[in-house]
Amino acid sequence: MSIFPPEKRIWWKEPIERSEILWIVIALVWSLIMFVMMPYWHIAGEQNLSNEAYRIRPEVFAERTEAMAEKYTVREEGDTGIPVVHPPAGSDIYMLARLWEWWPVLELEKDQTYRLHLSSMDYQHGFSLLPENINLQIHPDYEMVVTIKPNRSGEYSVVCNEFCGIGHHTMVGRIHVVDK
Amino acid sequence: MINTTNYRTCPDTGFKIDLSADKLIKWNAVSGVVFLLIGGLFGLGVALTRWPAVHLLPADWFYLALTAHGFDVLLVWIIFFEVAVLYFAGAVLLGSRLAAPKVAWLAYWMMLGGAIITNIAVLRGDSTVMFTSYVPMKAAPEFYLGIIIFAVGVLLACIVFFGTLVIAKQDKTYTGSVPLVVFGATVAAIIAVFTIAAGAIILIPTLLWSVGYVGHIDTLMYKIVWWAMGHSSQQVNVVVQISLWYALAAILFGAKPLSEKVSRTAFLLYILFLQLASVHHLLVEPGLSSEYKIFNTSYALYLAVLGSMIHGLTVPGAVEAAQRKKGYNKGLFEWLRKAPWGNPAFSGFALSVVLFGFLGGITGVMMGAEQLNIIIHNTLYVPGHFHGTVVVGTTLAFMAFSYWFVPVLWQKELVMPGIAKWQPYLFGIGMGLVSVFMMGAGTLGVPRRHWDINFSDAAMAYEFPGAAHLMMGLNGMAALVGGLGAAIFILNMVGTILWGKPKTKAAPAAEPSTDTHGAQVLASHGSAEGMSVPGTFTLAMVFLVAFVLYYFVNWKYLAGVWPLS
Ligand code: HEM
Ligand SMILES: [Cu+2]
Ligand SMILES: [Cu+2]
Repeated sequence: MSIFPPEKRIWWKEPIERSEILWIVIALVWSLIMFVMMPYWHIAGEQNLSNEAYRIRPEVFAERTEAMAEKYTVREEGDTGIPVVHPPAGSDIYMLARLWEWWPVLELEKDQTYRLHLSSMDYQHGFSLLPENINLQIHPDYEMVVTIKPNRSGEYSVVCNEFCGIGHHTMVGRIHVVDK
Repeated sequence: MINTTNYRTCPDTGFKIDLSADKLIKWNAVSGVVFLLIGGLFGLGVALTRWPAVHLLPADWFYLALTAHGFDVLLVWIIFFEVAVLYFAGAVLLGSRLAAPKVAWLAYWMMLGGAIITNIAVLRGDSTVMFTSYVPMKAAPEFYLGIIIFAVGVLLACIVFFGTLVIAKQDKTYTGSVPLVVFGATVAAIIAVFTIAAGAIILIPTLLWSVGYVGHIDTLMYKIVWWAMGHSSQQVNVVVQISLWYALAAILFGAKPLSEKVSRTAFLLYILFLQLASVHHLLVEPGLSSEYKIFNTSYALYLAVLGSMIHGLTVPGAVEAAQRKKGYNKGLFEWLRKAPWGNPAFSGFALSVVLFGFLGGITGVMMGAEQLNIIIHNTLYVPGHFHGTVVVGTTLAFMAFSYWFVPVLWQKELVMPGIAKWQPYLFGIGMGLVSVFMMGAGTLGVPRRHWDINFSDAAMAYEFPGAAHLMMGLNGMAALVGGLGAAIFILNMVGTILWGKPKTKAAPAAEPSTDTHGAQVLASHGSAEGMSVPGTFTLAMVFLVAFVLYYFVNWKYLAGVWPLS
């Protein structure tokens, strides 16, 4: 019994039960399949993070974001006056996270590729793109670069899903995807 | 050497129990249950707030309650109970005296003091940082200090346990190798030491930072080391829980492991591979390479997952073999049908095995795949997953064990044996549904740690589908059922300890014969008689099919989202 010492003192020489061996083999094979799925998806799948990242000071990231916004703002959204930025297809685009907003609103073209740069000005934030349900962790002092290709037009929201203080639940941003 | 230790002999089990160990086990277990009560109430507050139609707490209280909930249940409740299990395994199962009872008491008071300090910091309202306390969000110094004191207490408790193993060996209180359950407890204690070391590396600088002595803490480094602690501590939970599964199989059925070799090797896989894995918490973080993420998140080729899958077979397999020896031999499942389903120690154990595997295990491995994590990270799916592990797995296993261990240790009758029969079902099914609904809402993108998914005060809003709101409502209702289950457990245990009648008959949980005679018969049970556990093997195959299907369905979901590279 498991609460007493093994009855056979030389327990490590006892033969292993057949169903156990079979199960161990099956479980091992399944473990290896699951392992291989990840490298396989890097080769054959379309959803992979490049892991391209840089250390950056928040001010520098803010400057770059503002420079983009200055150049490509097309209108303002809602009563907060947050700019809607329509950068050229294929370009580097920026969105910054700070208490408690995602800035600016981006307007992207369907089926075009963009290099999206993300960073935080203060705490960590969670970039949750809905309804796609793409989730990325945004750190201060780190700039994350993801290449995205929006393949459906519509209105998307960026909900913060990392706790970032008392206004966390008000932190929502927007990405529009438009047909060209 | 003159040994002044006093012992009593347990009338139910014949175990020789060191009286100081006896007392320490009781105090640690009871303290754990008190924190389960406190933390459970906070959890209920959180669940009722996330139920959109109820929305119980204001925002600041919600985040405060969530911080307290995570800390009190995940750390304090579980670890107090685990320390009790360590002393039980070391002193009672080995029939040894406990090493250094004074140190064990110091450990106890440090754990209690630390837990209280952190709770005060949280309740004061200036440390609402969630139990993960990701920098640069800062809590009051007492928040970190309390956790550090608590952790040092746990370290002392582990040392007492190791000391007890040495004493038992020297005094030859047992022959041959230690029992499997003690082996499991030892594995848990080894991982715990690693856990605490990682905790010291990260929490001490963070404390200094919050006081102002350290200027800057790198946010990514913090998470890597924090999760080296946070993740390993979950492995401690898994190992203790599985050890208790083996213990319950032995106590309830006189079951012996199908093969000592396999079960012990599976435990060793944990030591070898589990601590590796902290990166499944950082799969969508900037600054780590995919190669490292893949290697680490799979704990090197999923060898630790292999360990868990092995236990998933050998634990029910041991029960099946024992039941078949007793003559429940008809068909695939007579052994299971004729199991004591009305005995809460058994039903809690059985539900814990099944729910842990299906709700906690499958989902955890799935979302730990590098790319799949993109559609899961920080959604409510994550708490859904770990309520499948630490609640309906670990907590339920601890409850099941308590139904045996409290009446036996205190020598009292349960005060509410009738309701106790229902308790594991209420708690297991209620909390199992909490887990399922949170996961369901998470797949629709509902964020974790979020006060208002209606975004009523936000400048912009996202409208979640109706199904998400529905699931949050059902989650609240299921939480009430699970909470009721937890409350009944706590009442029954506290009631038994305070007002229980002295015990007259054998432990209820020990009903289907725990006599060592049975054990001797079983001992001769040869393991190489061919497929002796066909029922368990069939169940394992059902599990595998569910696992494979669920795993690939999620890859299909992933394939549907925007291309990313
Ligand atoms: C009465 C029983 C319980 C209920 C109703 C409950 C409910 C909840 C809910 C609704 C959340 C919030 C999810 C979110 O908003 O992010 C949560 C979080 C959590 N629960 Fe529970 N829970 C219970 C018991 C437990 C137990 C026994 C444990 C551990 C052993 C546990 C561990 C946690 C942890 C670690 C978190 C995460 C806190 C965080 O995100 O910082 N819960 N629980
Ligand atoms: Cu945020
Ligand atoms: Cu946030």
